[in-house]
Amino acid sequence: MLNQLTISELTAKLASREISAHELMQSCLDQIARVDGNIHAFISHNASDALAQADAADKELAKDDRTTRCLLGIPVAVKDVIAVKNQPLNCGSKILGEFVSPYDATVVEKLKSAGAIVFGRLNMDEFAMGSSTENSAFGVTRNPWGTTRIPGGSSGGSAAAVAADEAIASLGSDTGGSIRQPAALCGCVGLKPTYGRVSRYGLVAFASSLDQIGPLTKNVRDAAIMLGVIGGHDSCDSTSVPQPVPNYTATLIGDIKGLKLGLPKEYMIGGLDAEVKSAVDTAVKQLQSLGAEIVEISLPHTDYAVATYYIIATAEASANLARFDGIRYGARVDGADPIELYCKTRGAGFGAEVKRRIILGTYVLSSGYYDAYYLRAQKVRTLIRNDFLKAFEKVDAIVTPTSPTAAFKIGEKSDDPLQMYLSDIFTISCNLAGICGISIPCGFTKKPKLPIGLQLLGKPFGEETLFKIAHAYEQSTDWHSQKPAL
Amino acid sequence: MSSTEIDIKYVAHLARLHLTPDEEKKFGAQLGNILGYIEKLKGLEVANVEPTAHATPMPNVMRPDEVHPSLPHDDAMRNAPAKANGLFIVPKIIE
Repeated sequence: MLNQLTISELTAKLASREISAHELMQSCLDQIARVDGNIHAFISHNASDALAQADAADKELAKDDRTTRCLLGIPVAVKDVIAVKNQPLNCGSKILGEFVSPYDATVVEKLKSAGAIVFGRLNMDEFAMGSSTENSAFGVTRNPWGTTRIPGGSSGGSAAAVAADEAIASLGSDTGGSIRQPAALCGCVGLKPTYGRVSRYGLVAFASSLDQIGPLTKNVRDAAIMLGVIGGHDSCDSTSVPQPVPNYTATLIGDIKGLKLGLPKEYMIGGLDAEVKSAVDTAVKQLQSLGAEIVEISLPHTDYAVATYYIIATAEASANLARFDGIRYGARVDGADPIELYCKTRGAGFGAEVKRRIILGTYVLSSGYYDAYYLRAQKVRTLIRNDFLKAFEKVDAIVTPTSPTAAFKIGEKSDDPLQMYLSDIFTISCNLAGICGISIPCGFTKKPKLPIGLQLLGKPFGEETLFKIAHAYEQSTDWHSQKPAL
Repeated sequence: MSSTEIDIKYVAHLARLHLTPDEEKKFGAQLGNILGYIEKLKGLEVANVEPTAHATPMPNVMRPDEVHPSLPHDDAMRNAPAKANGLFIVPKIIE
């Protein structure tokens, strides 16, 4: 079925006119109709608009079979936190009401110029706060590998849609693991680019110094293609970095001989599931047999990362989410004066996890507590970043599990926020340090059969090396080509 | 795990966030738990460490002060919960 193929397979078939973009889009829509009632990866999608975009792509393909637009006719779905002109945008929240985006995010503009069919609003934890997609005002998303399980989060819809072949690729956002962890738990590839590699213009801000948009795909080559499209400097986002975007697919040569990979000793923690540990150990051996040299390294401040993250991320969120006040857009609950209007609107519009984080963020920034919490966390952030920079003097990339366990059951952690936060232990440091990270499939648990993810962390702007290693590993295994029974 | 008291009513007001009595109780306990966990940062010596606000070292980014096309007024007003004559309607602020 067309919807099961990868971007590179499909672009070849589209270019040779073996298939049409209309047929391809229709196959994704058929899959959504067949499975999404159960998976609920999409909050909404507009089938006729998607098909109209496909027809336009077919017209262009008919004119020119040697197009340079590398995503022409490829259906790409988008997390509900990224603006697509004239499409709804809710961030998985009630507070945005009937909001419709008045403009395209830069990444969406870039996808469209590359010819992609940008369709659908993918489910997520409200304002990207969560690790399970249970915190959505639009209901939970289910893991395609086991529908009593969470898909991970916060980009759970983005991962589930790709894993269930409802879209060829998707965009997510990653503030503390929100692309890599759901990719791991759903068995697809997920990349968090280096901070500044991809423009955040049109991404609703959660924690501005940590957020990055990235792709979720069926294999490593597709992730490399997608980053080549969405990466680059943007004058609308002054934190995007004016550094040229390399040809990422050129690095996929399959040869990793002589590359040095670091294994951080601090990541072999007590809570690491035995099957996950064994899959990661096997993957490390595989990388070794492909010619990589494995080196033990130390990231001594790892144990402080979760605490640091939940101060910095909530502090930034409390400021960013102040804009949702019922005045200029979104839902409004009236009050006798503006303050009452704000309080009531926000009390009615935000869900529990968002409220918890706004309160925590407001508290750590409040008078008398700023130095003890926020300033101290920013200093520990320096120590965490220095750990990585020091490690990267010795190694080309770092190998870890993506998540300490496979997908847990829906409801299992939803009443214990601290336990939920601790499940982000392996992904959070990457955002604090501003480096890049990718999760790729590296095995399955036995019973039930659930995907396990391997994380590779790279130097700032070291995505080429990550792709090269991930691709070489992928070529030597078949984990990525296994499909859930749906 | 130690529990840290948090004046939840005061902080909720700072955040302009109405909470129900049940939410105050529940979040108060959960946040006490989380703050207890965060206490571990106090065990680190950070007196001589520079804070990181931003992972990518970058100077301020400036641009020339020139007028560029921006979002049309109607598009910017499109999602307003209450509007009239191109303006947002808000509760009375000044008597």
